[in-house]
Amino acid sequence: MTPGRLAASVLAAALLSISVPAHAATIEITMENLVISPAEMSAKVGDTITWVNKDAFAHTATAKNGDFDVTLPPNKSATSVLKKAGTVEYYCRYHPNMKATLKVEP
Amino acid sequence: MFIRWSAALAAAILLSSPVLLQAARAADKLTDPQIAHIAYTAGVIDINAAKQAQKKARNKDVKAFAADMLRDHEAVNKQALALVKKLNVTPEDNDTSKALSKQASDELAELDKLDGAAFDKAYVANEVAYHKTVNGALETQLIPSASNAELKSLLQTGLKIFQGHQQHAEHVAAQLK
Repeated sequence: MTPGRLAASVLAAALLSISVPAHAATIEITMENLVISPAEMSAKVGDTITWVNKDAFAHTATAKNGDFDVTLPPNKSATSVLKKAGTVEYYCRYHPNMKATLKVEP
Repeated sequence: MFIRWSAALAAAILLSSPVLLQAARAADKLTDPQIAHIAYTAGVIDINAAKQAQKKARNKDVKAFAADMLRDHEAVNKQALALVKKLNVTPEDNDTSKALSKQASDELAELDKLDGAAFDKAYVANEVAYHKTVNGALETQLIPSASNAELKSLLQTGLKIFQGHQQHAEHVAAQLK
């Protein structure tokens, strides 16, 4: 390895180590058998939530404060990107006994 | 146990019907084929009510609720049919199923006489009462009586869905006031 290449790869590694923590995460939240899990989840602004519906029934992830309202057809998933910080309580509009909390940190 | 459920049913929706109580006295234990039939019949009843509501309802929340009922109960009954096929069980008609169907067709006829806001209110009130009754029956009778584990599990899923429907119906009823 030439010194030039070495320097380049060190630089690349350094950049990578900087960019990894800043990179937004993808978090999976599952609805199965009319239960949302995990029932309490923490995330950060910019993170993506992947909503996975494993039931043969349609569900929604509906924020009480109106921040999001995702409809999930049977056995389908959908994503939403978190834009605002705060603790969001959400539920399924079709089955309001399905409830969970999402803590979005800045 | 069966008599207790029937008594609860009678109190809730069948006040004028002696059929179910008579059926209860005749029967001592529900079998899985009978439980499957009752659960399926209960689903069909709500599907028919939803179809009527889709034609007659005026309020958009009531219309949407009816569409939700149609979709969910059809999905549950589809699972129920797949399960009885897999288990090689033939659902068995019984006096409870017959009494439920008779009562439901009387209710459909009553609701058919109503229109507009009066229909919306009566349909949603009936949905609250009906889901309450079915949930009580599932919880105290059908689930404990079911022998097959898969049937029991499907009934438990059904209970969670219908408890959701009951809450949903209560929300819609509250909005109509």
